[in-house]
Amino acid sequence: MSVDLGTVRRVAHLARLAVSEEELPALQGELNAILAFVEQLSAIDVSSIEPMTSVVPLTLPLREDEVTDGHYPDKVLANAPEAESGFFTVPKVVE
Amino acid sequence: MNAHARPADPRKLIKGATGDWEVVIGMEIHAQVSSNAKLFSGASTAFGGPPNDHVSLVDAAMPGMLPVINKECVAQAVRTGLGLKAQINLRSVFDRKNYFYPDLPQGYQISQYKSPIVGEGEVIVDLSDSETITVGIERLHLEQDAGKSIHDLSPSLSFVDLNRSGVALMEIVSRPDLRSADEARAYVTKLRSILRYLGTCDGDMEKGNLRADVNVSVRKPGEPLGTRCEIKNVNSIRFIGQAVEVEARRQIEILEDGGSIDQETRLFDPNKGETRSMRSKEEAHDYRYFPDPDLLPLVLEPGFVTELEGELPELPDAKKARFIADYGLTPYDASILVAEKETADYFEEAVKAGGVSRNAKLVANWVMGDVAAYANTAGVSISRTPVSAAQVGALVDLISDGTISGKIAKDLLVIVLAESYAGDLRALVEERGLKQVTDTGAIEKVVDEIIAANPDKVAQVLAKPTMLGWFVGQVMKASGGKANPQAVNDILKQKLGV
Repeated sequence: MSVDLGTVRRVAHLARLAVSEEELPALQGELNAILAFVEQLSAIDVSSIEPMTSVVPLTLPLREDEVTDGHYPDKVLANAPEAESGFFTVPKVVE
Repeated sequence: MNAHARPADPRKLIKGATGDWEVVIGMEIHAQVSSNAKLFSGASTAFGGPPNDHVSLVDAAMPGMLPVINKECVAQAVRTGLGLKAQINLRSVFDRKNYFYPDLPQGYQISQYKSPIVGEGEVIVDLSDSETITVGIERLHLEQDAGKSIHDLSPSLSFVDLNRSGVALMEIVSRPDLRSADEARAYVTKLRSILRYLGTCDGDMEKGNLRADVNVSVRKPGEPLGTRCEIKNVNSIRFIGQAVEVEARRQIEILEDGGSIDQETRLFDPNKGETRSMRSKEEAHDYRYFPDPDLLPLVLEPGFVTELEGELPELPDAKKARFIADYGLTPYDASILVAEKETADYFEEAVKAGGVSRNAKLVANWVMGDVAAYANTAGVSISRTPVSAAQVGALVDLISDGTISGKIAKDLLVIVLAESYAGDLRALVEERGLKQVTDTGAIEKVVDEIIAANPDKVAQVLAKPTMLGWFVGQVMKASGGKANPQAVNDILKQKLGV
């Protein structure tokens, strides 16, 4: 598996990474090297093995339905670059 | 292939310039789970509140915060699955759905992609006494709600409130089994009713607790499915119907002009009565789902599901069948009474009040007629009107034993509603002198007076027996509406010889 320049450009955009046209070929080479490395795994037959999503043999712990958190808007907003009247503010995004 | 496929119904087709078109609709309903705390944090789900108050550091996606799932939200999804007669998946997986938006601080929504908690089910929708459709449910999964962006507080900024961020939603995906705006409305109405019976979602569309993404395509009958457009976030049942109608019309016009439909996301504008493209969402469709490494697979014990199943309330379909069987109601009347659980309970209480068995059909007529009309005008539910279920029962008893006529019963109900009279209706009838006059002697006296005073009308009625109505009206008027109408009729006929 390998990716073309257009895919690299699109993936960067989807991740909101500003990548210039000049940087694209180098990234394409790096990504393809990573993909080729990972591709070695396809030599192993895993058809009878269930996909593993976690390395710990546990199931999801469940929490009781109780309100135990919140009510500290100042803390929530403490690191916001901009805030006003209790809201985060961002450059206008309108549909 | 779709198990619920049916041939095109000519009555539901839309006329175009080149012939008839069939509209095909599927829906994704986002229903807010009724719970105290959020899906993965301990912050409150309460509506409103100061901005960013019902927010934990998990909901704000601060670095290092980890989600821990709320057991009740899982139970609510399972209850809903059971109510939709759906398969419950004992093992399900949470995935990250990646996209950027200011009201999504994580940069991804935790959702379920390949392994949802609930699989295939169905919803039975009554369209009329004679037409019932079965709508297939493809899946139900749990996911997080996003925060809220407010765009009208500043000319250059959007304001973001994360109070809703992380609240649990159930996304309920239907098969494309709906064929008209009416069917789409009826499906959402029925689904909402089931959720409210189950207590898993309050169905409050004004607060956005139930909203629909509506997938619409059109085709010539018998042809394969056309390209669909998705109308996002429609937030009332009326608007769902309107959105289907205008979107189907738009697509037909394009196709008849020789164009083709672009698969896209659109918004319904109820003020302009049109749908328009949401271009910004287009490229975001590449969500790059992958299993969330912060969450292990959700594994349910079979006993957990069995226990929830044993606690399910009687649902609308079962209640409707029971009302038809036990009370002899028509399917239509039964479906109206069971739509809201409160109304159904009120009706049953009225039928059984005081341990007396009374005519359920009569009770149903009063509940769905005068009481419902009052509730509608007052904007309250039937159970919140000043007239109690027991009073409706008493009202029916007073009519049945001949104490009052149906006409007087209406007046009596008006008094109860206007004065919030909470006492015994029989006493009220006595107190206001509303008792029906069945004493034939008294009625005969009035009849004699009216006949004596109107010799010209007597001549007319002999020639034209339908004139009798005029005499009945005069007698009723003279008795202040309290004479038994049947007795009046009989005595008049006898005295006039018609």
